[in-house]
Amino acid sequence: MSPATKYETHEHDVLIIGAGGAGLRAAIEALAQGARVGVVCKSLLGKAHTVMAEGGLAAAMANVDKADNWRTHFRDTMSGGKYLNNWRMAQLHAQEAPDRVRELEQWGALFDRTDTGDILQRAFGGHTFKRLCHVGDRTGLEMIRTLQDRGVDLGFDVYMECTITRLLKDGDRVCGAFGYWRNSGNLVVFKAKSIVIATGGIGKSWKITSNSWECTGDGMALAYEAGAELLDMEFVQFHPTGMVWPPGVRGILVTEAVRGEGGILRNKNGERFMEKYDPKRLELSTRDIVARSIYTEVREGRGSEHGGAYLNISHKPAEYVKRKLPSMYHQFKELADVDITKGPMEVGPTCHYVMGGIRVDAETGQSTVPGLFAAGEAAGGMHGANRLGGNSLSDLLVFGRRAGLAAAQQAGKCPATAIDNAQIEAAERDLLAPFTRAGGENPYKIHENLQDVMQSLVGIFRNDEDLRKAIVELEKLKARAANASASGSHVYNTGWHLTRDLQSMLTVSEACAHAALARTESRGAHSRIDFPKTEDAWGKKNLIIAKKGSAMTLTEVPRGAMPAELQEILAESK
Amino acid sequence: MADATATLRVFRGDAETGKAVDYEVPLTPGMVVLDAIHSIQANQSPDLAVRWNCKAAKCGSCSAEVNGRPKLMCKTRMDSLPPDQPITVFPIKTFPVIKDLVTDVSWNYEVNKKIPAFKPKPNAEWKMYQRDVDRGQEFRKCIECFLCQNVCHVLRDHDKKQDFGGPRFFVRTAALEMHPLDSRNRIPLLREQLGIGYCNITKCCTEVCPEDIHITDNAIIPLKERVVDQFYDPLTMIVRKIFPAK
Repeated sequence: MSPATKYETHEHDVLIIGAGGAGLRAAIEALAQGARVGVVCKSLLGKAHTVMAEGGLAAAMANVDKADNWRTHFRDTMSGGKYLNNWRMAQLHAQEAPDRVRELEQWGALFDRTDTGDILQRAFGGHTFKRLCHVGDRTGLEMIRTLQDRGVDLGFDVYMECTITRLLKDGDRVCGAFGYWRNSGNLVVFKAKSIVIATGGIGKSWKITSNSWECTGDGMALAYEAGAELLDMEFVQFHPTGMVWPPGVRGILVTEAVRGEGGILRNKNGERFMEKYDPKRLELSTRDIVARSIYTEVREGRGSEHGGAYLNISHKPAEYVKRKLPSMYHQFKELADVDITKGPMEVGPTCHYVMGGIRVDAETGQSTVPGLFAAGEAAGGMHGANRLGGNSLSDLLVFGRRAGLAAAQQAGKCPATAIDNAQIEAAERDLLAPFTRAGGENPYKIHENLQDVMQSLVGIFRNDEDLRKAIVELEKLKARAANASASGSHVYNTGWHLTRDLQSMLTVSEACAHAALARTESRGAHSRIDFPKTEDAWGKKNLIIAKKGSAMTLTEVPRGAMPAELQEILAESK
Repeated sequence: MADATATLRVFRGDAETGKAVDYEVPLTPGMVVLDAIHSIQANQSPDLAVRWNCKAAKCGSCSAEVNGRPKLMCKTRMDSLPPDQPITVFPIKTFPVIKDLVTDVSWNYEVNKKIPAFKPKPNAEWKMYQRDVDRGQEFRKCIECFLCQNVCHVLRDHDKKQDFGGPRFFVRTAALEMHPLDSRNRIPLLREQLGIGYCNITKCCTEVCPEDIHITDNAIIPLKERVVDQFYDPLTMIVRKIFPAK
């Protein structure tokens, strides 16, 4: 039987994998270019992890602090990223973010307002000025709903609860994707002229994480398998403030907006310990520094009752706290029996974001594989060694739009491609294999062990011995995952789904561990106990992971020189 | 506490057939029902189907009927339920079961498409004040958990899915209609396609909303008033007779 009849098939000019902020913004732009657009997502539309973004969206609108401008935003971003950022991306991001915010407003978003009727902006870590456009502490929800409504209005095709397991290629060019419907287990083939990966992050490989089940690094793994390069995978952000108690909520995000609104961190002795680690910026230091500070306090025996730090906002009026941080108020009240208007929260670091990702061209989001684009957390480079809070939502919009635009333009010029049946059949065999391995291992156990390995050996502080051990353990886990089994029907079979997601998690975890081992310095979110200094020489190169044959390879590539005009902006800060 | 367990009585089945199955789950402090479901998946039944994402009541994915009450499982503490009897966890009833706790909610996405999107007034100045956006922001808190749709008797008991939009989409329409810069009129749509007249304001939707949106008082009743104003106000009716809409 030919695949044309055996598999459900859909055809689009631009196929977008992922329906968070980057994917939806890419879809909207590709639609505006007249492309036929399909969006595939693992969950229902509107549930992507963007919905969890709380504090805001960084853009130098200068609504509150009139002195703000893109140059300062650029400088803050580069400084926060320890100058490893792709400078061109950081520049485009700072320049274009305000327009992307205005667009959201024109599509119906309702941001909190200033007294003069403009979009209100709040302070956040590492930002010189009040810069985060926000809606209380549910900015991500506002953004995703606005984009979703816009996309529905423009008429995109959405394939919900559908997981892509393989990119299909014609020669060196991507020409489609293969996947399955979670609801039925039925297989599906998408033909496309360009593909945009917007699948978000990898945090589900760690035990304590703010990330949902979806954040398994699928897009990075798909791109890697298709020959694309991954960049700076050692840089994983641990957000300083996740919940630590009770056990079931451990890792759930506590927005940086708590500190942006004046929240104070103390240890069990009541000391405001940030005075020691960053006396100038205190709680509004960058995330890498605050996370390490809390971790250090706990490790040295000054942690809170359940192994975190105390974060207090109760000195602000209760009504103000409830208005500006409503979901934090409810989250703590209902899940931890804590009234944050009356007493402190217990918080500790939680795996939150990966700065690394698919290596892309700054202007277009084009990966190193023809026809394949990436945007948002799945793409690397923009945030360097550490991301500032609020720069993710703006990143999604700026580079989602750019990737959607370039993907649509390139689709118009794409040569005719053909789907290779052998690739589809191989992908089908891989996908269904867990059903043929009766008595194999339960994938949940393998996942749990993977999380333990990454948490304990590739965490906030790293060293040579741990990282080597992690690589050995990951090899064992790969062997076990290759023998994981699924049973029952193909209909919404979560165990079977996990066997597939595990493949992605293992690939990105391995990339992260290898890159972390290779980078023998400390920079931003990557802290090596055995190499505590930031080395100038390491600031001049990126680490690239790529697949050669069946092996994962790592190479150093020199970074280009920054243009003089951008260097001048960085020099202005001194 | 270490050895304490709870019994979960979980619906297992599909669109055709199914039954409740009991699982013993070890309890931990502060545990929520979704934790218990995950524990079953990891240790007893990996193919147990459930939707979830954020686990923090922000995405609205894990709706279910816990002890017969519509709830987000991520927000329902085990210690809020009677410890001496099995905790029942069933899929939301108004939508067809796909498998176990997962239902087919695609109808909602179809209704949503009927509602015309935000369209700004021409030459809008883009100045809005907090007092002007407060109302809309309340509605935009909606996380689309569809619990309001699930309990609305027009949908649950009378299955008026052809003629009625349901509370979720009155909330969305209210956000648009009360947006200070919107230029569209969705009142005819509310009356004719979303069937707002079927709602007899029993407030079941408001009671179950995990975001505490005052669905009935702040969204539905004002919209009903607008329908009445536009379609049934005697003075307007006369004016309309004399000056028909172009």
